[in-house]
Amino acid sequence: MSDGAVLHGHPEVRTTHEVHHDEHHVHHHQETFITKYVFSQDHKMIAKQFLITGMIWGVLGGLMSVIFRLQIGYPDQSFPILEQILGRWAKGGKITADAYYALVTMHGTVLVFFVLTGGLSGTFANFLIPLQIGARDMASPFLNMLSYWFFFTASIVMLSSFFVQTGPFSGGWTAYPPLSALGDASPGSKTGMDLWITAMALFVVSSLLGGLNYISTVLNMRTKGMSMTRLPLTIWALFFTAVLGVLSFPVLLSGFILLLFDRHAGTSFYLSDIYMASTQQALPNEGGSAILFQHLFWFLGHPEVYIILLPAMGMVSEVLSTNSRKPIFGYMAMVGSLFAIAILAFLVWAHHMFVSGLNPFLGSVFVLLTLLIAIPSAIKVFNWITTLWRGNIRFTPGMLFAIGFVSLFISGGLTGIFLGNSTLDIHLHDTYFVVAHFHIVMGVASFFGMFCGIYHWFPKMYGRYLNNTMAYIHFWVTMIGAYLIFWPLHYAGLAGMPRRYLDYSSWESFNQFSDLNKFISTVAMIVFAVQLMFIFNFFYSIFKGRKVVTQNPWGSTTLEWTAPIRPGHGNWPGEIPEVHRWAYDYGKDGREFIPQTEPVNPDESKH
Amino acid sequence: MAHVVPANQKWWAGGRSPFNVEYGKLMMWYFLMSDAFTFGAFLISYGTIRFSSNAWPDPNKVFSSFPFMGHANLPLVFVSLMTFILIMSSVTMVLAVASGHNNDRKGVVKWMFWTIIGGLAFLGCQAWEWTHLYHQNAWWGRNPFTNYDGTMASTNFTNFFFTITGFHGFHVFSGVVINVIMFIMAWRGDFDRKGHYLMIEKAGLYWHFVDLVWVFVFTCFYLF
Repeated sequence: MSDGAVLHGHPEVRTTHEVHHDEHHVHHHQETFITKYVFSQDHKMIAKQFLITGMIWGVLGGLMSVIFRLQIGYPDQSFPILEQILGRWAKGGKITADAYYALVTMHGTVLVFFVLTGGLSGTFANFLIPLQIGARDMASPFLNMLSYWFFFTASIVMLSSFFVQTGPFSGGWTAYPPLSALGDASPGSKTGMDLWITAMALFVVSSLLGGLNYISTVLNMRTKGMSMTRLPLTIWALFFTAVLGVLSFPVLLSGFILLLFDRHAGTSFYLSDIYMASTQQALPNEGGSAILFQHLFWFLGHPEVYIILLPAMGMVSEVLSTNSRKPIFGYMAMVGSLFAIAILAFLVWAHHMFVSGLNPFLGSVFVLLTLLIAIPSAIKVFNWITTLWRGNIRFTPGMLFAIGFVSLFISGGLTGIFLGNSTLDIHLHDTYFVVAHFHIVMGVASFFGMFCGIYHWFPKMYGRYLNNTMAYIHFWVTMIGAYLIFWPLHYAGLAGMPRRYLDYSSWESFNQFSDLNKFISTVAMIVFAVQLMFIFNFFYSIFKGRKVVTQNPWGSTTLEWTAPIRPGHGNWPGEIPEVHRWAYDYGKDGREFIPQTEPVNPDESKH
Repeated sequence: MAHVVPANQKWWAGGRSPFNVEYGKLMMWYFLMSDAFTFGAFLISYGTIRFSSNAWPDPNKVFSSFPFMGHANLPLVFVSLMTFILIMSSVTMVLAVASGHNNDRKGVVKWMFWTIIGGLAFLGCQAWEWTHLYHQNAWWGRNPFTNYDGTMASTNFTNFFFTITGFHGFHVFSGVVINVIMFIMAWRGDFDRKGHYLMIEKAGLYWHFVDLVWVFVFTCFYLF
């Protein structure tokens, strides 16, 4: 604070680390089991909490899909084991229609929100942001801890809905009213739906607390020299993800509050002119609009797709560049396309509603905006491919999953162009084509991004490596399995096979797919089994994996690899390293990589 | 107390906040943006339903009572008083923040006190208005008021009114709670020990936001 310009009345705020949370500076302070593993305020532990909770949800959500795939693949057979797991929901070994819909609904809810949002950006935003920008911890470690515990509470409430007498919510993960608003409409719309809304509201709070932290940490807490354009792409991606979450989840919350009033306070926000067949009554509700809920839902629902996808994109960029031993191609274009996707994410929600009675003229506007997303997406794909081009590729498990992500993102993205056209959507809407599209581009691709992140950063998380043999089996079976499951579904969808039917065998037109459905169900079970192997690998390697002996096992440029192999709370003993260059100096001037902490040599070539 | 920074300061180069604010204030701004989207979604929903209805009750007829004035027809007078109270509490909040800048503990305590009184007075007014409407048989799912053209109105007039003003009232209530905590902390001299009154500024941001939202809520429900 020497002489110079006089700024407005605030004291100059230095926010790296010294100013607040002095207690984190010393990481040898007393830690009990509770403060270290349970109510931890260390971002690395919170990341692991998010990851393991997400993995438990991942297994549950995957198991649900195996159970309902049994029904779709083998509608005429019964499986006595199901009765042992599900009791009266699978009398005689055949799941009931209510159970089927509950499973489909919870599969979607759990995987979209609890695994690929909480488990993915919760894990990697927490783990990577402070380590890669050079901060001791998040801006507010306390709110960060609360973010996890709101997520945990949401998980418990959502899980408890499986055990109420009328079962969990069963009206689809999109929870459209009137089905979701009227308890008499289906068993799942009774207590199960109240628990569903409560859990989702808690989830929104968790996401908000996390998101505010991620944003202010990235903006405020970067170490000296770490300008925004020196940030690794992971951080840019996680930053935009947080912005999307902070701005779109509140709209969903509003929608849910109105839904809650419709359920319990006799209001008619979403309800009008309804005759209830189950009670043979005409309802008094007048003047509401079910479409209104769809708007509110999809104003979150579409950005949510990118909340899921952007962290995967960021990690894939980082891992591809590191393991091609080449700088990422088009860094600024990558940042720009992330930004463009984040903006467009807010302007395309109605493409989910082309056949809901939306004004066709409005639909055409949304077609245009939707197809615009192809531009930044294509920029990213070409940049990834160009990064790989003539690279010195190391096929680590993380790298394989990163390459797999690019493949899946292309395959799933191309079908998005079909669906983005409102005229084609009239035919394709609510068919298996949609199911195939979003499972590949958002579901499996993001899972690949997540696996890529886990395999790449596991050594940083636990100081040990995952088992490579199991990792390669995991990759190849999942990769081939994902295409075997979802590729054929496109054909079924084009032939008009609708989603969400309990039994297709009674339709002559869909009977032709019965063998295909058996095949898909079988592959789904194999892929699920391989994920269990991954889970085993994960927990086995935490304790028994090969130990990491060098600080920087992947030869990476970024800051997290300058921290000790098992960093304590505070990440770096002594001073936080200063940054002198961007994150992608690979293969420069005859050197394999130059860490961000190395000062720029005057003789160095320019990038 | 002016703080001086070098003229060629590189704000975005890391090692410091690019906006020269500590993280809490940054978080508050982003939280307010998020909250603005919540209110925005509510008000847009209200607009959607209202403009898809053929007719709507006349606020001049619905909101025409005043406490202790019997059946005097005073359209929008009471809500104007409420709005005035809330805006005045924003003024006192500005004065509290200004006193904080000068590290003037007594000033902060005094103006926070009046801000809290303003908030409580607004909540009291809202409680009276809700009770009054309730006694006219208006509630969620019940609407005794006819449309301006005399036709039967749907219940969505009251549904939205109670939901959105209730959500705003909940924000005012939270704001009063925050302000009371700030008042106690200032009174005990906690901020003097910290050396700055930044928390008063953050509470101020929230309070002004709640006021600003009221302007939109007021416009949507009472003026149109």
